Amino acid sequence: MRTGSYSRRIVISRIMECVIFFFAFISLLPLTLILFYLAKKGMAAIDWQFLTHLPRPVGEEGGGVVNAIVGSAILIFCATLMAVPLGVGAGLYLSEAKEGKLSYWTRVAVDILQGSPSIVMGVVVYLWVVKPMQSFSALSGSIALAIMMLPMVIYSTEETLKAIPCTLKEAALALGVPYYRTILKVVIPAGMSGITTGVLIGVARIAGETAPLLFTAFGSPFLDINPLKPVAALPLVVFNYATSPYPQWWEQAWGASLVLTFLVLCLHLTAKIGTRRWKIQF
Amino acid sequence: MENPILITENLKAYYGNHLVLKDINLEIPRLNITAIMGPSGCGKTTLLRCFNRLHELSPGGRIEGQIWLGDTDILSLDPIMVRRRIGMVFQRPNPFPTMSIYDNVIAGYKLNGMKLSRVEADEIVERALRGAALWDEVKDILHRRGTFLSGGQQQRLCIARALAMNPEVILLDEPTSALDPKATAHIEELLISLKSRVTIIIVTHNIGQAGRIADYTAFLYLGELVEFGPTERLFTAPKDRRTEEYLSGKFG
Repeated sequence: MRTGSYSRRIVISRIMECVIFFFAFISLLPLTLILFYLAKKGMAAIDWQFLTHLPRPVGEEGGGVVNAIVGSAILIFCATLMAVPLGVGAGLYLSEAKEGKLSYWTRVAVDILQGSPSIVMGVVVYLWVVKPMQSFSALSGSIALAIMMLPMVIYSTEETLKAIPCTLKEAALALGVPYYRTILKVVIPAGMSGITTGVLIGVARIAGETAPLLFTAFGSPFLDINPLKPVAALPLVVFNYATSPYPQWWEQAWGASLVLTFLVLCLHLTAKIGTRRWKIQF
Repeated sequence: MENPILITENLKAYYGNHLVLKDINLEIPRLNITAIMGPSGCGKTTLLRCFNRLHELSPGGRIEGQIWLGDTDILSLDPIMVRRRIGMVFQRPNPFPTMSIYDNVIAGYKLNGMKLSRVEADEIVERALRGAALWDEVKDILHRRGTFLSGGQQQRLCIARALAMNPEVILLDEPTSALDPKATAHIEELLISLKSRVTIIIVTHNIGQAGRIADYTAFLYLGELVEFGPTERLFTAPKDRRTEEYLSGKFG
């Protein structure tokens, strides 16, 4: 009886092992298939001209998406410039004032912000920025993306700084270092790798956002780096080309998707390697 | 007592509404080692953290009474100025992880934005590391991270960091509780060699350690200063029953 139930347990344990292995394997499949399919479809569209030339009118051969690549770069750069100081500042506050009323409400607000649909951000920024300025612009697109990025920067900063031992801060304070210098010269440098990783993940997240850009950056067939003018962006190009009736543009949409995915993949890998490499031992 | 360096008068410390130190009256003798001992939770660390006003940074931390350093009440000074005159070494070694050994030693200057010439800095680093009996072990690796050192070396680095500021007093909060016996012995020797230069106050719950290195010992129990006196007298002829019971291991 005892040996019987014992071997039954071993068998059940084996079966469960197989089941979870199967699920783990299944969860790998979508990414592999997407990458494979994207590579197959997108590679055909990508050549030197695709990466360095402006789009051509329908019917003309060739043309590229350099405007979208540059536009995405501008949008991401400006959004990061806005979201990082604000996000690091807020995260720092949350990690320092763990139990204030303001911290509590900030956390609630950030949670809701993180869960808000991205299209809503686009509409709101349209009302805030685009309408008063009476023009679609890279600036308004960056603001929408910055709002999307903010929660991630705030949370990664808070989590990183919370993990820094309190004794490190006290070590600096006990040397007679003022509080603000302790934060700037000891706490933030010690959390630098975690904060950077969080920013990279945040960038990866907003790089592929389309909805917030529909009413803000809008898209543009020209290469223009004026932040007050509309700009193109890779996800916008994918959206516009893929929904167009022209097979030639469909192909370019695949190409742009591949470029975008490759970019996001690189950011994630850098962040992954970075967390290990830049780790600071306490 | 002749020429004490720190005097507390009716010192009370609170966490919120909870009174953790009850009317401490203590005179810390200059250029000696004073041990504060007592069972866990008796307030020894809190007392130590009152001296450099780190206690006020704990949530709800509050101090009442007077602490005289020379003829100034440190509770009326800017905490920053107090902490430059009274250094501290913590329970676990805590060198700055982003800095080299060299920068760790002069961290008090660098973090405060004080400019040092190369020669001055070199001098301070060597003197502090020699003072902390660490120079010979690290003189060739000064520009490596401090966190690569062993636990005992890291703790001596932290002592060097405190010494570099030329403090009048160094507070040590159970500095050897995270170290092995050999490293502990090394630190104890070091403290004895340092007492001619700087007044040392050490918190310990190791009776043996107080007996080995302290000239004076204070026994704290439940937030009360039960007894204070020369270590030898306190250990051989305790006046209070509670001191005797603690020393003989009846509680603790």
